[in-house]
Amino acid sequence: MITHHPQYDLLCAFVEGELPASLSAGIAIHAELCETCAKNIERLTQESAANTFASDVKVYNAYSDKQTTIAANDDSAFKQMIDSITNDESIIESKVHEPLDIEIKGTTYQLPQALRSMSMMGWQKMGKLSRSRLNLNEGSLHSSLLHIDKEGGVPSHTHKGFELTLLLEGSFEDEMGTYVKGDFIWLTNKETHTPHTTEGCLCYTVADDALQFTQGLSKLLNPIGAFIY
Amino acid sequence: MIRNSTMDSTEQQQLKSWLYDIATDRDKAAFTELFKWFAPKVIRFGLQKLNTESAANELLQETMTNIWKKSHLFDGDKGEATTWVYSIMRNLSFDMLRKVKSNREDTLSEDIWPIAEAQLVEDNVFDDHLMSSNIIKHINCLPEPQKEVVQGVYFQEMSQEQLANKLGIPLGTVKSRLRLALVKLKQQIGESE
Repeated sequence: MITHHPQYDLLCAFVEGELPASLSAGIAIHAELCETCAKNIERLTQESAANTFASDVKVYNAYSDKQTTIAANDDSAFKQMIDSITNDESIIESKVHEPLDIEIKGTTYQLPQALRSMSMMGWQKMGKLSRSRLNLNEGSLHSSLLHIDKEGGVPSHTHKGFELTLLLEGSFEDEMGTYVKGDFIWLTNKETHTPHTTEGCLCYTVADDALQFTQGLSKLLNPIGAFIY
Repeated sequence: MIRNSTMDSTEQQQLKSWLYDIATDRDKAAFTELFKWFAPKVIRFGLQKLNTESAANELLQETMTNIWKKSHLFDGDKGEATTWVYSIMRNLSFDMLRKVKSNREDTLSEDIWPIAEAQLVEDNVFDDHLMSSNIIKHINCLPEPQKEVVQGVYFQEMSQEQLANKLGIPLGTVKSRLRLALVKLKQQIGESE
């Protein structure tokens, strides 16, 4: 059962379209598997819509005083826009997309809808870890697919910024518990953990800085931290 | 966070009926009314999120174009018109913002917030949009159980057996619902044409 969910503030920002694509995709993937969050998102969307479209003349006038060139305030530009839109009689049908599959180390995984159009870099492998970076161009935010093979793990580490791990398939455990498909695991620089998987797992990860290994010899592994990030 | 909305249900009904008129009759007058109702609010949203007038104007143009071209996908039973328009506007604004911030034109919003109707409508199912949108209007008036069956058999092209399995009801029930629905549709379409 899914026990880790995005926080309320994150859901609100998601609904308003204010999160970067990487985090928005993480929430969308989670919500596809989590009915509770899907319902909350639906409710928050209704609320945002109602607030956005509530008649609130004051705010609008505050803008319109200054912004007289805006089409909607200008009857002729207004009419022109309506004409140009309605001159085109064509309609847009919604598309049904076939799910995309990816193969890693002999296992085929179905890619979540939210990731289907993102461009992926080739797989890089280091022991039981395989990583493919998603080319989203979001500055210090790095998003990847991370595969950990059976009985593999990542040495004890913390994060300089935050790290989102979304479990797409399989399971893993760390000091704080066991995680299953759909879990939305948000860690900050306060937490240290040592993930390990028995059956193998595929994760979608978003981090805003490299990992830092914390224990003894594994400090020597800090280059791996940059690899995973 | 939660503010009371000043919108009442009469206003929501009005918006819905404009959307239906656009979908079924390509009604330009209804579109003009809808445009006037939404435009200042879309502009306000655009200024808040995108910061420039020209971007806000572009958001208005794109949002209203999408409403005009996708009105047949709106389902008033599933939610309010405001929620539907908001989703379209938020998606466009998300893609525009991403273009500015990350220099990408990848329109990811449709994958992140897929339109619920995507499961129901296949590509190019209809040749005659005027006729089909007219039928859709009538189908939308059917009681939910009948509507479900008609959509399954005629839009998703499932067999009656598949549909019975999917809905978890006996095959006989699918057949009788379909029969009822077709009788009703024939009457309604016969009356209006």
